[in-house]
Amino acid sequence: MPRLMKHIFPLNRHLIQRLGFAGLTVMAFLTVLPIVAVVIYIIVQGAPAISLEFLSDFPRGGMREGGILPAIIGTIYLTIGTAVFSVPLGIAAAIYLSEYAADTPLTRTIRIAIINLAGIPSVVYGLFGLGLFVLFLRFGTSILAASLTLSIMTLPVIISTAEEALRSVPQAFRTVSISLGATRWQTIRRIVLKEALPGIITGVILGLERAAGETAPILFTGAAFFLPRLPHSPFDATMALPYHLFVISTQVPEMPIKIQYGTALVLLVFVLAMNVTATFIRSRARAKRQW
Amino acid sequence: MEKSLNWREFVITRLIKAAGYSAILFVLLIFIFLLREGLPTFGEVSLDSLFSVRWYPIEEHFGILPLITGSLIVTIGAALIAVPFGIGTAIFISEIAPRWVREILKPLVELLGGLPSVVLGFLGILVLSPFLRVFLDLPTGLTAFTGSLLLGGIAVPTVVSVAEDALDAVPRAYREGAWALGATQWQTIWRVTLPAARSGVLTAVMLGIGRAIGETMTVMMVTGNAPVLALKLGSLFSPVRTMTATIAAEMGEVANGSTHYHVLFFIGMVLFLISLGVNIAASSVVFRAKKRAERILS
Repeated sequence: MPRLMKHIFPLNRHLIQRLGFAGLTVMAFLTVLPIVAVVIYIIVQGAPAISLEFLSDFPRGGMREGGILPAIIGTIYLTIGTAVFSVPLGIAAAIYLSEYAADTPLTRTIRIAIINLAGIPSVVYGLFGLGLFVLFLRFGTSILAASLTLSIMTLPVIISTAEEALRSVPQAFRTVSISLGATRWQTIRRIVLKEALPGIITGVILGLERAAGETAPILFTGAAFFLPRLPHSPFDATMALPYHLFVISTQVPEMPIKIQYGTALVLLVFVLAMNVTATFIRSRARAKRQW
Repeated sequence: MEKSLNWREFVITRLIKAAGYSAILFVLLIFIFLLREGLPTFGEVSLDSLFSVRWYPIEEHFGILPLITGSLIVTIGAALIAVPFGIGTAIFISEIAPRWVREILKPLVELLGGLPSVVLGFLGILVLSPFLRVFLDLPTGLTAFTGSLLLGGIAVPTVVSVAEDALDAVPRAYREGAWALGATQWQTIWRVTLPAARSGVLTAVMLGIGRAIGETMTVMMVTGNAPVLALKLGSLFSPVRTMTATIAAEMGEVANGSTHYHVLFFIGMVLFLISLGVNIAASSVVFRAKKRAERILS
């Protein structure tokens, strides 16, 4: 039977290769196509809702009219709050792993811890933030508690990309600097960090991008359903774009579709802008690099 | 001068060290707080009713089995999509695509990884589920299958990037050796490159599955939120409810310190342990492979 098949379908290995390559190509494009479709669809559907009023006004009429200003401002606050904690800590941890740590069991434990932090479900971060920051430390449902929760979630992304950027700086740079009499920290600050900076910034932006788009970690730590005013202090709760989109697409009956798509578009633009910036910085740094 | 420099250097080194250790501290803190709020469950709910099939918190029924099967069925569905498409795309990007195609595809896949899950859930409600309801002739479009489709998309970038790294790490000499022996590119991919990258690809699969189990917003929005036991294949096309969605949907409404509150933390603890298991297994696969590679090279 196999011989007969071979006779009818002369499947030589080159034909198999061609079929296989065609199959993989189709698969890759089926993977990418929906991404492009999603982005274009949201832009097309959301664009009519965008106006100065939509971006600069408070929600009115049970959120069915007006704008989404407090959600936009809230997401900016949360992103900045996350950066304040996670950027210094993440970069310092990356410096430790790349420049100081020897390959000891302790270092391996740190690495496993980072991998695990990266894998913990976002809603579990939300529980943790509720338990530690909101209740135990009594920060309440606040920008502070939400930012701290998001920071810890963002940390592994920043640490691993920053470490990679630091490691890609050639060893010779360090050797030369040390041989010229610089101390270890001087070498790290003036040579290694400077050279790795574009890579680190890329990692930071990618990490913050994730934080800006997350909903589950802020659900019980800082997100507010609706606020008639902007938050005044880090101890206030805040509206946020992702949570607002969740609210208006599931919790509010008879929500105009236009406002839903408009909100989705603003969130998407927010996140895409960060993504494109990160990609741009990385590719420009690669092109400029001389080593 | 010399002295102040040493002093500063000392302080900075200590700070950096402390930052390095912080990751361990955070994992421990997370675990401690989940235990602190989750363990009281055992004093308040009997094991029998905890592992029963009825989740109805208003009447004090806290059976988590439907939630576990809900998570399982959605995750299996997602894996069936994400694994072949993820590995296929990784092979295409790393082995077949010309350079310019690769430069377009890679950022696009990364972009998918960065899309907020709430946006995908939103489109799931408005576009995908009405389509599936009509197309598959179902009573509702909010089913485990809808969740699986979207979750598959969410897990794909993880699988692609990790698997692609693994394929990239296979030395070029392996491929050249195969070509020199007369193998086609296709044969080389299947019989040389992929087997050589096996452990990395396995890691990719595990991390992708881990990503799918933990995803919250999308599944909460599109799987219909019905805590029914999902054991049959047909359950894929009916509403379910996952562990993550249950926590997200109900935590906002419970009183702090109530039984319901403790049980939700207990579910969080289960999720934490699952992700811990998946990630430790995945990373030990990487370490093992590295050791073997070192042995071969030395």
